[in-house]
Amino acid sequence: MDSTTKAPASAATKPAARALRGYRADDPGTQPAYLYPPYASTQKRAPHEALVRLPWSLSEVTGPLFGFERIRANDFDLTKQHDGAPIGERIVVSGRVLDANGKPVPHALVEIWQANAAGRYPHPVDQHDAPTDPNFTGAGRTLTDAEGRYRFVTIRPGEYPWRNHPNAWRPAHIHFSLFGPAFATRLVTQMYFPGDPLLEFDPMYMSIPDEKARKRLVSAFDWETTIPETALGYRFDVVLRGRDETPMENDLVLPR
Amino acid sequence: MSPAPHADDRHAMRQPTTSSQTVGPYLHIGLTWLNTANLIANVAGVRSILVAGRIVDGDGAPVSDAAIEIWQADASGKYAHPEDARDLPGTAGFAGFGRCPTDADGRYAFTTLKPGRVPAPGGGWQAPHINVTIFMRGMLRQLNTRIYFGDEAAANADDPVLTSVPPARRATLVAVAGANAGDYRFDIVLQGKGETVFFAV
Repeated sequence: MDSTTKAPASAATKPAARALRGYRADDPGTQPAYLYPPYASTQKRAPHEALVRLPWSLSEVTGPLFGFERIRANDFDLTKQHDGAPIGERIVVSGRVLDANGKPVPHALVEIWQANAAGRYPHPVDQHDAPTDPNFTGAGRTLTDAEGRYRFVTIRPGEYPWRNHPNAWRPAHIHFSLFGPAFATRLVTQMYFPGDPLLEFDPMYMSIPDEKARKRLVSAFDWETTIPETALGYRFDVVLRGRDETPMENDLVLPR
Repeated sequence: MSPAPHADDRHAMRQPTTSSQTVGPYLHIGLTWLNTANLIANVAGVRSILVAGRIVDGDGAPVSDAAIEIWQADASGKYAHPEDARDLPGTAGFAGFGRCPTDADGRYAFTTLKPGRVPAPGGGWQAPHINVTIFMRGMLRQLNTRIYFGDEAAANADDPVLTSVPPARRATLVAVAGANAGDYRFDIVLQGKGETVFFAV
């Protein structure tokens, strides 16, 4: 039998205990349900059973951490990843990653991907009749700084049709993937653009029940980060789950 | 479990978490660079295991456009993370993170090491397990599950999470040991008959 079936030796004695703090649940209405029929492909992919709540343990309050060693110099600038300049309107997308307690999340990995200016992805699944751009892949990544700030230079993505329902069009968006400090803080979302007339018709955007929560996915035009004669600035802050201020009583004690 | 938001002045800085959205069908463009199907490529002298399986939807059709991420402790049960402050040496070269897309038949596979037991809430120990996050088109927020091991019957019987799951559904969380030593099969059923247990984290 494998040695892992035995409890570690330290379990034999009653270990000194250290309190463990979990992460607060999301506010009601801020997260979409798994099943949202207007977004057709949720219908066969959403679980029917209710989720089982996990107790907090080391497994959930730890998580993968990343350093700069795998990030290349041009990974934050999607306009400089090829020999030439991509077609489209250059923009700066920047903001802060905070936790729900208002504290910056430093050194967090932020990954983005997006369509090109014509609304086309260089992906075999994307058959939209719009040109690909040899100078634009549409993928970027960076780490937040000590104050939780991140910054990308890219081009404004185009809207594009999809087959969810007749005459369905996705609003312009950039996909964001974020790792906070823990397994519990993982977040994938999409950033939208202010004034996009397609938002209210988009089942992904509309899947978020709370209107204020939806609007927080819409970036804000930002003079401060606009570079004169070069690029418009858009600001998008992301809030990851925050820790409970007080340790859970009784049942969240960690042997050490 | 947690107090109502903005319950008192101490929480003036509190703000709602950002809403989740699907990775969509073009996830590979942004995520492939960090694919890590072999978690022990830079680890010397460990016994490897292969955890492989298939994701199917409510019709039993393979999900060919998912990404699976795993997070696990090393063989001593130590997570490579400052929150795990226990005095254990850790395993050089082992970060504990994996990411793998599914193929056209919905299959994924990770080469890794078998995690050790991790402390349980309230004392005692959890059975060896791998924490799993699943992303795909048609999923507006990620799903989380756990991979336990079929050849850890005694530890599994003691595990506070497994035993909190209705007995009839527990087997969906347990990878089946294969014919070759170190091979485990863990299929994920998103919906319906044999639906995998998914967790609220």
